[in-house]
Amino acid sequence: MHLDHDHTHSDAAAVSADAHRPDGRRRALRIGLGGPVGSGKTATVAALCRALRDELSLAVVTNDIYTREDAEFLLREAVLPPERITAVETGACPHTAIRDDISANLEAVEDLEDEVGPLDLILVESGGDNLTATFSRGLVDAQVFVIDVAGGDDIPRKGGPGVTTADLLIVNKTDLARYVGSDLARMAADAKAQRGELPVVFQSLRSEEHVAPVADWVRARYAAWAAAAA
Amino acid sequence: MSRAALLILADGRFPAGGHAHSGGAEAAVKAGRVTGAPSLEDFCRGRLHTTGLVSAGLAAAAALGADGRAALDEAVDAHTRSLALRTAARKLGRQLLRAGRATWPSPELDALARAFPKGAHQPVVLGTTARAAGLGPADAAYCAAYETVSGPATAVVRLLGLDPFEATAVLARLGADLDEVAAAAVRAAHRVPEEGLHALPAASAPLLEIGGEAHAAWPVRLFAS
Ligand SMILES: Nc1nc2c(ncn2[C@@H]2O[C@H](COP(=O)(O)OP(=O)(O)OP(=O)(O)O)[C@@H](O)[C@H]2O)c(=O)[nH]1
Ligand SMILES: [Mg+2]
Repeated sequence: MHLDHDHTHSDAAAVSADAHRPDGRRRALRIGLGGPVGSGKTATVAALCRALRDELSLAVVTNDIYTREDAEFLLREAVLPPERITAVETGACPHTAIRDDISANLEAVEDLEDEVGPLDLILVESGGDNLTATFSRGLVDAQVFVIDVAGGDDIPRKGGPGVTTADLLIVNKTDLARYVGSDLARMAADAKAQRGELPVVFQSLRSEEHVAPVADWVRARYAAWAAAAA
Repeated sequence: MSRAALLILADGRFPAGGHAHSGGAEAAVKAGRVTGAPSLEDFCRGRLHTTGLVSAGLAAAAALGADGRAALDEAVDAHTRSLALRTAARKLGRQLLRAGRATWPSPELDALARAFPKGAHQPVVLGTTARAAGLGPADAAYCAAYETVSGPATAVVRLLGLDPFEATAVLARLGADLDEVAAAAVRAAHRVPEEGLHALPAASAPLLEIGGEAHAAWPVRLFAS
């Protein structure tokens, strides 16, 4: 990742992916979560906050399409103090706000660092979108694509930038597979064919194991980020 | 000066946050005032000769002068009664400043960012950015004026499912009005050194301000303003 390039803008807001804050401190690791509507992005964000909030200084940015539902859900569930959750309005186009024009999201992450920092990790949730919606590398350092078994077991086969290139693919709601007739083995084989060595986690937030494998993946990303700073 | 810089700055895909704003169109659609291409044209013409003229004057003045940007920014605060619209304009100014600094690095843009860490008003930033890009006051005025109509036109395509060709034809029909507004804005900006900020246009659009306030309080909306 070319995040450590020299930045000539030494004052005021840093420009997108600079790994350092204007004051020279290293900024928080930013992880994006995208995927189709209702696949379990907010539920995963909430679970990650609960799993990680005692070990990392966390904040969340949500990108809703036309409401503040995601932010309000997280507030209601009290997964983090309210000042650590910011909602960005996307003008009917979440993929624009996370990829083509990331300025509002960058502002949100910078304001969070200014107001509640120092932060270790910021989770950026995209509004539910289509299979081509991915995050700009100017906004996030790593991205997670969340699909679910109920959206059709042919989604991994169809591929698309999210399924194919995300740093982590989550296939969520495995508890529902037997009710909707989804073939998990086939999904796993198709995902492997599309993604090669990139990791895939099959998850059910209704199970005992819950978000643990994804939380471990996040911990590993954070450890690598922190090590690069040292 | 490169003419291409004007195309880059005026391009709707320039990543400065505009896509999330409807320029008052969402409120006007909900109120039943914009229902199709003819009423979109009326709406845009009204916005152009009020908000558009004011923004174009500010942008032209900012493009002309290195000093006095803080005073221009204050003038916008004084002129815009709606807090919701002032907030939106600062937000857009901050986003444009980020894009402008990355695209055309300049000490003047850096200074503006230092003076306004949470954003100066968008037309002031636009004029300063135009200057950093090697453009003049007329270019800045055209960009500002055009944005006040292109934003609502694109938003109405999303809000009403309006035929995008019809929406674009509306913009083309506003060409003469755009020329007129940009010319008036530039004339006014040139008078600022002698006459002060009073020389700048101060037309207002009360219904846009009322609509902007109401819109900001909606619990469910597609656009930020
Ligand atoms: N059965 C089951 N339901 C789940 C699981 N994960 C999430 N859900 C439910 O799926 C629904 C949608 O979850 P969200 O987390 O809101 O989905 P989202 O991807 O954030 O949705 P949008 O933001 O609207 O795109 C909610 O009712 C969740 O409780 C799971 O592992 N199993
Ligand atoms: Mg969600």
